Amino acid sequence: MTPATPRAPHAGVHDVAVIGGGIVGAAIARELSGYELTVALVEARDDVGDGTSKANTAILHTGFDATPGTLESRLVARGFHLLSEYAKATGIPVEHTGALLVAWTLEELDALPGLRDKAEANGYAHCRLVGADEVYRTVPGLGDGVLGGLSVPDESIICTWTTSLALATDAQQRGTDILLRHSVTGVEAHDGHTTLTTTAGDVRARWVVNAAGLGADHIDRLFGHDRFTVTPRRGELFVFDKLARPLVDKIVLPVPTSRGKGVLISPTIYGNVMLGPTAEDLTDRTDTGTSEDGQAYLLRKGEQLMPRLLAEEVTASYAGLRAATEHGDYVIEATPEQRYLVVGGIRSTGLTAGMAIAEHVRTLLADAGLDLESRGRLPGPPHMPNIGEAAPRPYEDAELIAGDPAYGTIVCFCERVSEGEIRDACHAPVPARGLDGLRRRTRAMNGRCQGFYCGAAVDALCRRYTRDGCGDRDDAPTVPTETSVPTETSVPTETSATTVPTRPEGQR
Amino acid sequence: MNQHASTTPAPSTAGTPLLTPDVLVIGGGPAGLTAAAELAGAGAGHVLVVDREPEAGGIPRHSDHTGYGLRDLHRVLSGPAYARQLTDRATAAGADIRTRTMVTGWAGDGAAEVTSPEGRFRIRPRATVLATGARERPRSARRIPGDRPQGVYTTGQLQNLVHVHHQPVGKRAVIVGGELVSWSAAVTLREAGCTPALMVSQYARAESYAAFNAAGRTVLRVPVATRTRVTRVIGKGRCEAVEIEHLDTGRRRTFACDTVVFTGDWIPDHELARTAGITLDDGTLGPVTDTALRTSRAGTFAAGNLLHPVDTADIAALDGRHVAEQVIRHLRGHRQPEDGLRLAADVPFRWVAPQILRPYDPPPARGRLLLWTDEFVRFPRVTVRQDGRVLARRTLPWPAAPGRVFRVPSALLDRASATGGTVRIGLD
Repeated sequence: MTPATPRAPHAGVHDVAVIGGGIVGAAIARELSGYELTVALVEARDDVGDGTSKANTAILHTGFDATPGTLESRLVARGFHLLSEYAKATGIPVEHTGALLVAWTLEELDALPGLRDKAEANGYAHCRLVGADEVYRTVPGLGDGVLGGLSVPDESIICTWTTSLALATDAQQRGTDILLRHSVTGVEAHDGHTTLTTTAGDVRARWVVNAAGLGADHIDRLFGHDRFTVTPRRGELFVFDKLARPLVDKIVLPVPTSRGKGVLISPTIYGNVMLGPTAEDLTDRTDTGTSEDGQAYLLRKGEQLMPRLLAEEVTASYAGLRAATEHGDYVIEATPEQRYLVVGGIRSTGLTAGMAIAEHVRTLLADAGLDLESRGRLPGPPHMPNIGEAAPRPYEDAELIAGDPAYGTIVCFCERVSEGEIRDACHAPVPARGLDGLRRRTRAMNGRCQGFYCGAAVDALCRRYTRDGCGDRDDAPTVPTETSVPTETSVPTETSATTVPTRPEGQR
Repeated sequence: MNQHASTTPAPSTAGTPLLTPDVLVIGGGPAGLTAAAELAGAGAGHVLVVDREPEAGGIPRHSDHTGYGLRDLHRVLSGPAYARQLTDRATAAGADIRTRTMVTGWAGDGAAEVTSPEGRFRIRPRATVLATGARERPRSARRIPGDRPQGVYTTGQLQNLVHVHHQPVGKRAVIVGGELVSWSAAVTLREAGCTPALMVSQYARAESYAAFNAAGRTVLRVPVATRTRVTRVIGKGRCEAVEIEHLDTGRRRTFACDTVVFTGDWIPDHELARTAGITLDDGTLGPVTDTALRTSRAGTFAAGNLLHPVDTADIAALDGRHVAEQVIRHLRGHRQPEDGLRLAADVPFRWVAPQILRPYDPPPARGRLLLWTDEFVRFPRVTVRQDGRVLARRTLPWPAAPGRVFRVPSALLDRASATGGTVRIGLD
């Protein structure tokens, strides 16, 4: 890869600060750092893509079912092409599985032609009405009672984790400063620049782009606006064992109703099967826990949709929060007098639309007065490690292993992650800083055993390689001194507890 | 019968080195190592054991407490010492053990596809023994909702962290489950300086209480909440508490802890068996086998906790000894007989292993059928029926207790008719 031109901000003031290191923020930073600009990507958490971007249905949407005429519809359709091309260039795993909308009631069946027309209004002309027999031929495991379907041949599955990382890595290689653990707490306007107060010190920039996802409305208010309120909409999902994968090789969508898009069954890029999401409006923007009701609901839906799936083991369950607002569309608006632009209400379609949103933001900023001067030579797109099942993984690559036996040393057995990949993830340009970051870069510990076999070994490698690589690590097991939950039972007094056997850090 | 068996698509194997041992043993735990030692010792030819871990020995490697080796070696060893002993015996007998070597799937011609630091290769043996063992279901597989904090483990992970990697855990733990392994988790926690503050069991008594005498329980001193389940894990970042529910009253409360260990609830590591298209049993989720430990795939045998999740290490080892003779018979040209009589478990049993009876086959390992019960029965009266007729009835002097394997003498099957229907084993 070509190193980027060093681009030190002038007098400590960046040309643009992008708040939010999710897919949308990273795409914007990447786009803008393709011009003669100094860009900072300001992220509250300790990793990019660690908020809404990490937990979604990971579908690369054609945009067939968007509301025609909306900004969202236009950007999703454009984003589908941009991200498809970008995935080819960078190695972001994508599988063009296609989708099937399945009607279980007469009302749903009657809605299918309208959905096909809507797709056409959105510029997507490949939908086709299919009979129940064809639905069962395509997905034989579906429960009884299917009346018909609509095929969407280009809906695809993608790796959302690699997408965030590719965009952030690309931005960084183009010169963007990625500032992690910088949670924005205040905004001060000055003549010619804005100071962002953050938990890790001030960040100054001439222009500010707010792509803060679940926190976008809070930041917007710091700038004195009252345009929208984010209502975190929780979506819970079950991930079923890879052995279930032969049951589902297409995205199986419900017919959307006024209450939302409903529960789908989808293959994942890692070879699992996913059931979900639920849709539940919350107030707590940090509540990514799963719930008893949510799980019961999913199991009920799963029982109707594909009873055979429920006989399979669950590998993981998780919940993501969509940044829903009271508006039916994305809120992307520049305020030239503040040299400020907001990108709000980007729901689950943001994964697909991210790169198109970035283009759109760039043109709005240019209109608002930001000088955009093309740079002569840009570094090429980064090449991302393949963590999907559609292309060969390192453990299957004899040549790669011959060159470096670490790729033949499988550490995480369920996901077949090699030591070489764990090392690489810890040494990457945007490196893993702990186990969660490592999971998203390699799949390590994401498999059916959830660490029974590999957890301790992966942890040891992570400590070893982050120490010799990128330094800081703050997720080592720590013991809270005080818990907020009352203890109820009396605990027998401990007298004979032995001390933890410890060894020097370098111990293997 | 499990209907989901599937085969992986055959990738290109051109140019991949091929090994052709006489016997391939997949899994170097107690069952695999013992089978390999017996086979190599009996002159079965080239016996190759592959294990994906850095060292052979299986789960005993990280179970750093005593109690291993009683039934097979007639002595009592710690887990790691037992693992070394079995590894040494297999090596001394002439078996070839390759570690960091993982079977990742099957080639179109039935050869195993393998990845190791030495490269990618294929193995096409004359006979295969699957000894891939079992693992505990993690929290997610048990569908327990809540936050996803740090500090939530299975016993396997906990023991690896503490005994192999010498990492600290928290200060105050809840142990979910009351199986033998749950008490093993308690021992490990104490060694790591973490108080096992509560054990949670859905049964009316901790499943494996009977295995411990009163003195043993006093030493372990873990309060047990019976008829209780965990309904939620609480804590962002680090675990802070679990919510537990009493199954009879429905009453819920939170219990503070920074560590949760999900123990027991075993599932066989059946990925290779299943992707080979081998018939699995709905109860054990391991391969269906006959008393000679043959699977539904000719030339492929299975042994150990892949078949009965989960029994003690020495029982797994004795399976290895039992299967070796049958593998040798196969190598000598003895072919699998066609038909067999099906054996099935009735409530309160969840499963029985093995599941197929054939007239000229040997009795099962140790002359015992292995069963798993969902109810505690102090004086179990075992009844064997075929086509509605009682073949045998016997009250056994040991209890049937959830959380550990219940053993039944296979002689109770002696009167089964080879031409009759399914033989059912239950309690009166």
